[in-house]
Amino acid sequence: MKTFSELGFPGRLIAVEGLDGSGKSTQIYLLKRWLELEGLKVFFSEWNSSALVKSATSKGKKRELLTPTTFSLIHATDFADRYERQLVPLLRAGYLVLCDRYIFTAFARDVVRGCPPKWVRGIYNFAALPDMTFFFKSKLEVSLQRILDGRPQLKYFEAGMDLRLSTDMYESFRIFQGRILEQYLAMSTEFNFTVIDANERVEVQQQIVRQLLQNKIDLAKYMHSPL
Amino acid sequence: MKRAASKPHKIRSQIVVPTMSPKKWYGHGIPGVDLQKLTGKLFVVEGADGSGRSTQIVRLVQWLEQGGHATVQVGLKRSSLVSEELEQAQQGNILSRITLSLFYATDFADQVENVILPALKSGFIVLADRYIYTLMARDMVRGMDEGWLKNLYGVALVPDAVFYLQTTPEVLVQRNISKTLTLDYWESGMDLGLSRDLFDSFLKYQTLMSEQFQRLQKTYGFRIVDGNQSVEGVHEELRSEIEEVMRGRV
Repeated sequence: MKTFSELGFPGRLIAVEGLDGSGKSTQIYLLKRWLELEGLKVFFSEWNSSALVKSATSKGKKRELLTPTTFSLIHATDFADRYERQLVPLLRAGYLVLCDRYIFTAFARDVVRGCPPKWVRGIYNFAALPDMTFFFKSKLEVSLQRILDGRPQLKYFEAGMDLRLSTDMYESFRIFQGRILEQYLAMSTEFNFTVIDANERVEVQQQIVRQLLQNKIDLAKYMHSPL
Repeated sequence: MKRAASKPHKIRSQIVVPTMSPKKWYGHGIPGVDLQKLTGKLFVVEGADGSGRSTQIVRLVQWLEQGGHATVQVGLKRSSLVSEELEQAQQGNILSRITLSLFYATDFADQVENVILPALKSGFIVLADRYIYTLMARDMVRGMDEGWLKNLYGVALVPDAVFYLQTTPEVLVQRNISKTLTLDYWESGMDLGLSRDLFDSFLKYQTLMSEQFQRLQKTYGFRIVDGNQSVEGVHEELRSEIEEVMRGRV
């Protein structure tokens, strides 16, 4: 697998990964605002957001119809739709594409759900690797607390209830997130994650993220050109 | 004449209990399934639109039920999970290749888990109106990687028998037109841009599909049935082959 830059795309893809409650969405939002306000060509894409596939996914989730296999496949479908129709054309057009979660989310979650790693990775092998992946590494207890403080109404699949880890939703969520964290950590070196300490203050993290991004990518190249 | 009339009509009540045969996956399969418990049988009928698949399945169901077997039918785009969305997507022709392929795979896997496996566990005869082979052939015609497809469909169960109703494109075209007075966009492979003419495109596309089926036949060992013959002829052939499989002779 190669990155977009290795494949000769003019654009660059930057992904953030981490547990729910790690603060990654806040960080990528701030990154997006900064790049936009600097006048760069930026596009933001979120996991599980393709309009057409979403209707099937939410139906499946609501009715608890999904098994590990169909859960994996329907998310892959969603990803493929965004990949083929948005990410690739924009990267061809020289955009900085920011992704809140990328294929590593599937690698971690689906494997925790019992899908064979080789199968999951095989399905996603049409996708190029990000040029930079920030992994927001937080203490498990801190992320759990953030989620549990914020919106105590957990959803069935989000809590990993389909895995029958515990009949208690909060306990299930803890165990599930713990296993996902293990998967992320195991992938960190293989996929060259840039690890950010998510226990730091928001501003401290943002400063580090901006700095690292600037070191790696010549941002000035991505300015909007006058039309 | 006289002898036949005097002979009382004989009602058959003898039921053949299918022999048990171990099931297999094409790949790693679906986690957590005990293959030993799948006592039913899975038969697949493959072929293009107009090859007589659906007609044959109706006949087979009738024959099987008469013979005391419980049946269940599956087919493409029939899952409760994504069939509506898939239909919608195809109408608008808005999905790209990999997306459409994965959407079909989701539809297939949903039926495996929610229909095929429970039915086989209960000892039903499952009749599949198309299976992964059509899906793979369609994608391969469109240039997708065979290895990728094989990995994807590693979640499929190996059927007890697969019948491919091989029908020439010329016969298919006549049957489709006499039925619907037109040709279907997708069955004509219009997305491939083989020809702007629907009729020409249909013939070209069905020829390409049939070539892919020949290739897949070598890997998957379909039983090829001549789909150009009469409904009755095909039915007889399917019946005798299914009977053999059920009695464990094949």
